Amino acid sequence: MAILKTEGLTYTYSAGTPFEKTAVDHVDLCIEENRMIGVIGHTGSGKSTLMQHFNGLLQPTSGTVLLENQDIWADKSKLREVRFKVGLVFQYPEYQLFEETVAKDIAFGCKNMGLSDDEIKTRVFETAQMLGMDRELLNRSPFALSGGQKRRAAIAGVMAMRPKVLILDEPCAGLDPKGRNLMLNQIRDYQKKTQSTVLLVSHSMEDVAEFTEQLLVMSRAKLFCFEETYKVFRRADELKQLGLRVPQIASVMTELRKKGYDLPEDLYTVEKAKEAVLTLLRKGAASC
Amino acid sequence: MIYFMETIVKAEHLIFRYPADTEENQNQVPNEPILKDISLEIKKGSFTAVLGHNGSGKSTFAKHINAILLPESGKMFVEGLDTSDEANLFDIRQKAGMVFQNPDNQIVATIVEEDVAFAPENLGVPPEEIRQRVDSALKDVNMYEYRNHAPTQLSGGQKQRVAIAGVIAMRPDCIILDEPTAMLDPQGRQEVMQTIQKLNQEQGITIILITHYMEEAALADRIVVIDDGNIVLDDAPKKVFSQVDKMKELGLDVPQVTELAWELRKAGYPVSAEIITEDECLNALEALL
Amino acid sequence: MLKDITLGQYFPIDSVLHRLDPRFKIVYTMIFIIMLFSGSRFWTLIIGAVFVIMAQLLSKVPLKMSWKSIKPILPVLLFTAVLNLAFIDSGEILWQWKIFRITEGGVNTSIFMICRIVLLIIGSSLLTYTTSPILLTDAIESLMSPLKKVRFPVHEMAMMMSIALRFIPTLLEETDKIMSAQKARGAMLDNGKLMERVKAMIPILIPLFVSAFRRAEELATAMECRCYRGGDGRTRLRQLKASRNDYLGLVICLLFLALCIALNILLS
Repeated sequence: MAILKTEGLTYTYSAGTPFEKTAVDHVDLCIEENRMIGVIGHTGSGKSTLMQHFNGLLQPTSGTVLLENQDIWADKSKLREVRFKVGLVFQYPEYQLFEETVAKDIAFGCKNMGLSDDEIKTRVFETAQMLGMDRELLNRSPFALSGGQKRRAAIAGVMAMRPKVLILDEPCAGLDPKGRNLMLNQIRDYQKKTQSTVLLVSHSMEDVAEFTEQLLVMSRAKLFCFEETYKVFRRADELKQLGLRVPQIASVMTELRKKGYDLPEDLYTVEKAKEAVLTLLRKGAASC
Repeated sequence: MIYFMETIVKAEHLIFRYPADTEENQNQVPNEPILKDISLEIKKGSFTAVLGHNGSGKSTFAKHINAILLPESGKMFVEGLDTSDEANLFDIRQKAGMVFQNPDNQIVATIVEEDVAFAPENLGVPPEEIRQRVDSALKDVNMYEYRNHAPTQLSGGQKQRVAIAGVIAMRPDCIILDEPTAMLDPQGRQEVMQTIQKLNQEQGITIILITHYMEEAALADRIVVIDDGNIVLDDAPKKVFSQVDKMKELGLDVPQVTELAWELRKAGYPVSAEIITEDECLNALEALL
Repeated sequence: MLKDITLGQYFPIDSVLHRLDPRFKIVYTMIFIIMLFSGSRFWTLIIGAVFVIMAQLLSKVPLKMSWKSIKPILPVLLFTAVLNLAFIDSGEILWQWKIFRITEGGVNTSIFMICRIVLLIIGSSLLTYTTSPILLTDAIESLMSPLKKVRFPVHEMAMMMSIALRFIPTLLEETDKIMSAQKARGAMLDNGKLMERVKAMIPILIPLFVSAFRRAEELATAMECRCYRGGDGRTRLRQLKASRNDYLGLVICLLFLALCIALNILLS
């Protein structure tokens, strides 16, 4: 079932002035439930602007946004509910923490939803656990946390609302490799557990290759494509034109295939490449 | 990549711990030093990358070089000047400039060229010379056409280049960059790395780059890996990256191609340990198959 | 978008007025203000108006901008007019209803007050339209430098002003981001009763303050790393140099002022 749809979604800044700029140009999308989707595009491609349309922070200049088949702008008084169903975590979310304790900050969204105290408590604990946060942390001031912990607290604040769609704008920005890995694995676990749709905006092709099923590619305000990740990486040359690249391994494997070696397509993680190359080597050895 | 034998930065048995209750101290075992015993010598004209996961002590180490922090015990020397001697502070900071992670929080003035002029103004350089230095610094980082722009109109990569220009205007011998690209997009990262390489290669400025991105560390002559307050690896990039299991243990990454080569080596095939680029990997695989 | 608030209203074009030394422009503005308040005769205003028209032409700033500077104070003007009409009782009575009366004196004073305020606003706006905030700060620093002798922290104040100017757009941008992030968690910033709206500011203000402190600390460190140690021994890239035009302008202003004062003395 499509959870989020857009039809002819267009957004123009400063319309009618000499500074007019179209940030999102007639985007048609159909996003399904229970998916892990990557969102890529060069800076200025419109991906962040597009994300802010999904939770009603921005209103389209023309076109519609449909959540569960309802136009989110049909009734402006219901916009807040849209934001509870489509959670958006901005870049560097740790800069938005404000409450006295971590638990209270995580509970902020839930409180705005009008949930009961018990329900809120349960959700705060569950969400903190999903992100590997100790119970002890919950009673501390958010300002007494390390950078990585602050980020988890901020993301937990949105996850606790149990949105049907969770959008994360570069959740790994500034994290070291171990931190990135941990974060992405926790996000993947979250997605599997809640069966929600997660949209992961990222600049890292390697991250997106390993963790996503579908890729949404934006370029110059237009939707370039929205299909399975492996299909997108087959279009390496086109991606290059857009200023994007493919994972290192994918590049190398594609070159080898071009030179005539019998390697399957869609090798864009080290695991897959290793298996394929080993298989080929054994075949070669066997035929000697 | 010419090495002068002269040492520009010398660290001797640095030990340091942050006061309790600061953000940097959150993950540490209470009162355990974040720098446990760091000794290092950096040669003039070299490009050294200091690698380590968050909390390893790499940024703390960087802040000792130009005396933002002073060691609990041990010494730090910049061109022979002891950082713990207050009288040396001015000279040390002029010789060893520093660029920080957040592009915005380094820019002081409302116009680009005014910001680049900030350091020479502080040094009491005569106005005509300030003009020359500002212009040449901006040209070095390719931002001369933006000299009258407001910093808020610039992208992250452009702001960082302005920050670098602001440091070059001091005519330092060494530039320390503390995770300068952590907050930038890929394009910004590329702009900054190209600028750094150019300064090192064309002007012989010593570069000390603190980072956790291995593609950046791969561009250096030498990689020093800090873990848990100690130096655990210190060698050329190829040699460092080839120790894939050690790198993973340290919470760091290696290029995908290096990892593939390592996996194949583990399976018994003769693949070089020193592959870090796509082309090297391609050639090695072709040779195998 | 909060970003659209333009501060200082600097209008960057090239004109005679734009090119004058900012310190002199500040002095001209002060002379102009003295001129406007130097007497209560309409002649003062007429001379003031001539001055403003001349300045406006020299500045090449479009009249639309001057209107923009008047708009926000229209309520004040109205209020002044009403006050004067209601309470000044002198001269011929022009209109009366029960105990309310409007006199000729009242009308004269009202018009006088309004004209004076309008001229004041247009004249001083020309200062900010033709001088960039950074030049204004430099000029103020330079004009106040004699105060250094009495240990007044002139340099520190100027540095604070210029850093504040530099960070206002950045902080506005951050406020925007924080508001979006809290709205995304269901914060109600646009509606609700007054008390609710005030409480709703907490999730915005606290992160903003924390962030501002953090920025200040990082900026201070960065400044120290670039050898900043206060105002002693600092040179400047940009030197303010007075030219012939500046002195000429000063003479013209003083002439205008003299004329005003003379007329006031002669006509009273």
